Amino acid sequence: MTQNPAFENWLWPEPAGLYCEPGGFYVDPPRAVDRAIVTHGHSDHARPGHAHVLATSETLAVMRVRLGEGAGASQQALGLGAPLAIGDVTVTLQPAGHILGSAQVVIDYRGQRAVITGDYKCRPDPTCEPWVPVKTDLLITEATFGLPVFRHPPADAEIARLLASVAMFAERTHLVGVYGLGKCQRVIALLRAAGYDRPIWLHGALKAMCDLYVSLGVPLGCVRLVADAPQGSKLAGEIVLAPPSALADRWSRRLEDPLAVLASGWMRVRGRARQRGVELPLVISDHVDWPELIGAIEATEAEEVWVTHGREEALVHQATRMGRRARALALVGREEDAE
Amino acid sequence: MKAFAALLDGLSFSPSRHAKLRLMAAYLRATPDPDRGFALAALTDGLPFSFPVRRTLAELMERRVDDVLYRLSRDYVGDTAETVALLWPDRQASQRGEALRLADIVAELALIDRQALGVRLEAWLDRLDATERWALLKLLTGALRVGVSARLAKTALAEMGGVEVDAIEEIWHGLKPPYEVLFAWLEGRGPRPDVTGVPVFRPMMLAHPLEDEDWAGLDLSDFVAEWKWDGIRVQTVGARGDVRLYSRTGEDIGAGFPDVLGTLALDGVLDGELLVVRDGVVAPFNDLQQRLNRRVVTRRMMAENPAHIRLYDALEIGGEDLRALPFIERRGRLEAWIAHARPARTDLSPLVEAASKDELHRLWSGSRAEAIEGLMLKRRSSPYLAGRPKGHWWKWKRAPLTADCVLMYAQRGSGKRSSLHSDFTFGVWTAGADGVDVLVPVGKAYSGYTDQELARLDRFVREHTTERFGPVRALEPMLVVEVAFDAVQRSARHKSGIAMRFPRFSRIRWDKPAAEADRLEGLERLCG
Repeated sequence: MTQNPAFENWLWPEPAGLYCEPGGFYVDPPRAVDRAIVTHGHSDHARPGHAHVLATSETLAVMRVRLGEGAGASQQALGLGAPLAIGDVTVTLQPAGHILGSAQVVIDYRGQRAVITGDYKCRPDPTCEPWVPVKTDLLITEATFGLPVFRHPPADAEIARLLASVAMFAERTHLVGVYGLGKCQRVIALLRAAGYDRPIWLHGALKAMCDLYVSLGVPLGCVRLVADAPQGSKLAGEIVLAPPSALADRWSRRLEDPLAVLASGWMRVRGRARQRGVELPLVISDHVDWPELIGAIEATEAEEVWVTHGREEALVHQATRMGRRARALALVGREEDAE
Repeated sequence: MKAFAALLDGLSFSPSRHAKLRLMAAYLRATPDPDRGFALAALTDGLPFSFPVRRTLAELMERRVDDVLYRLSRDYVGDTAETVALLWPDRQASQRGEALRLADIVAELALIDRQALGVRLEAWLDRLDATERWALLKLLTGALRVGVSARLAKTALAEMGGVEVDAIEEIWHGLKPPYEVLFAWLEGRGPRPDVTGVPVFRPMMLAHPLEDEDWAGLDLSDFVAEWKWDGIRVQTVGARGDVRLYSRTGEDIGAGFPDVLGTLALDGVLDGELLVVRDGVVAPFNDLQQRLNRRVVTRRMMAENPAHIRLYDALEIGGEDLRALPFIERRGRLEAWIAHARPARTDLSPLVEAASKDELHRLWSGSRAEAIEGLMLKRRSSPYLAGRPKGHWWKWKRAPLTADCVLMYAQRGSGKRSSLHSDFTFGVWTAGADGVDVLVPVGKAYSGYTDQELARLDRFVREHTTERFGPVRALEPMLVVEVAFDAVQRSARHKSGIAMRFPRFSRIRWDKPAAEADRLEGLERLCG
């Protein structure tokens, strides 16, 4: 593996997104482009209106549900681990462990390799393929939780806290705020793994994605819509999942003295939980935490690290301390807080 | 430590009193002695230590964590102790050794040399997880600040044991952490702790504000009147040569008033008002304020603002419990005791004689002396009842308009005051949507305090900030301020529906529990 020419000669950030010149494509472009490779279906990565989209079949399915007509004029599915020549480069998708269908983009060009992680995590998740470390020269990593204060506890321990609260406050409804794609289904799967077999109630906005997960082979057990609850029932003692915005919304008044729960990596910091009026913060994240970020830099043996979004400053500092060349890569359009 | 940390964590996020009670009762039930007793102490009277840990923590972090990463983390989290708790390197549970017990930590902290604190702290932090580290650092500062009053913790204890909270209050001051005999009693494993011979606090009898309709229905021949002195309510308790002074919430404040207690030989429990009295004249409340909340009191302070207790009731004298007797008989006993004991710096609150309601009303409206807040009306036949029983005691506060409000938000001033939080938004209680009381803001004030008070207020703001919105800090709802104002008007612009005219600080009630601040309904009645 050579060090020259510089990666910037063939891969660079543009206002439209991260552009690979010899392949003629962008990765997760925030603006509509001719050719896009999309790492996963979250809306800050999968934007509408591209002419050609390359992604895993699951990500394409997610995009079709979310974006309909805007999911890409021409869609091409690429299986995980299958190399594909595009222009002068070879592209391979490898699992990212973030949500169903999420992938890292591996680009080989004239003996140099770049890995774009997209969003990723290095922990088991029953709803998606586990992240695999890919040896590379250049690692382009996210840094949503790029501060050493972010260390996610084991998710099953957080679920145990939720279930303990349900037992203690059985006369109330536990209203769990979850991001609709990925976190929602993971929380359901974690509850099932913990032996919780009651129906899990959903806000209407979460239904389509749950249906898609089930159709793609991720079992969720019995899930029902809050709107379909028996007449007069305020779902006391039950677990209801809703988008985080619904926690303090009038919608929640239909529930019995709702106890606001939020499942997010941000819940590690008390002020963030208090800002949201959360009574039970659960630190459950679909992103790498700080030790995992460091572990990923080590495992991929990258000599150079570009940090795309999140807390770039701390991670660039850390990578430099580890003897890597490192820079922050300002990309527009990323939602820092979305989780 | 794990259970204690989980409790504090839960309490700090639970907005409702009910949920807090449930969490505390569950903890007290499930946690063995002596840990739960020390937790109870931490939640009520506090633990007998307080360490300023900021510098110690900074030194520890310097050795453990890269300084750039520490600074970035600190900037993000906003609180040093929390940053350290989150940032401290985790050890595998298997490498942490035996689980740390709260009781062991408390025992060591009570004796530890400040110089040695850093070393011990480091060893402890290595054995704890993030939530436990956060709880330990809170514990070290001596104040937990998780929105739990001593009274609420005792209420949880009462709930756990299936007894009335007043039954706990009555013996509380005769007990010490870790309260093993108390738990034994509450769990039916032992007798009610005997505190005979210990000068313990007795739950106080409180008065209702007198409203017009109460006044209209009142038969004066059933009542006696006293001046309502503008001091603080105190209970003086003596037994076996030990005399203590308790505030209304049962806090032992005797250490600040040796001038009164030193001369008092008492075997009994007396109720009265703590005042500053010079040459027989009661001084304004502000003078008394100079004496409150001080651990050390100098000769000079005592000479400048001599303390005095004006007595108006007796709960117990010479070992005889008088509480079941009618007020008028208790007063007779009190008069007899004073005549016999002739205590210095103590006197009897005189009765206010009036032949008719009209005359009493004239006396009330003419009561302009600064040291008098109005009148008290007490039913002659009333026994001494704990709490605030209706129809027995009335407090009849004179005009000008004032309201006891709770500080909710603070903002920095401008110019000379730009480093101080000098602009305050305050609120009063009202029933929320779910029936739980919530504070609603009713006004903003920027004046009425002295420079010294402002400095102390600023310190309070910095120590009790729960959230920041740009320049505005949300405060823990715990400080009561008596706000004076010219009028109240209805206002659609304010969430509370009312607006005060020219509100200003009248005085700061460091002594008053937030739960006893005024209610919105009271202010609404003042609207024209």
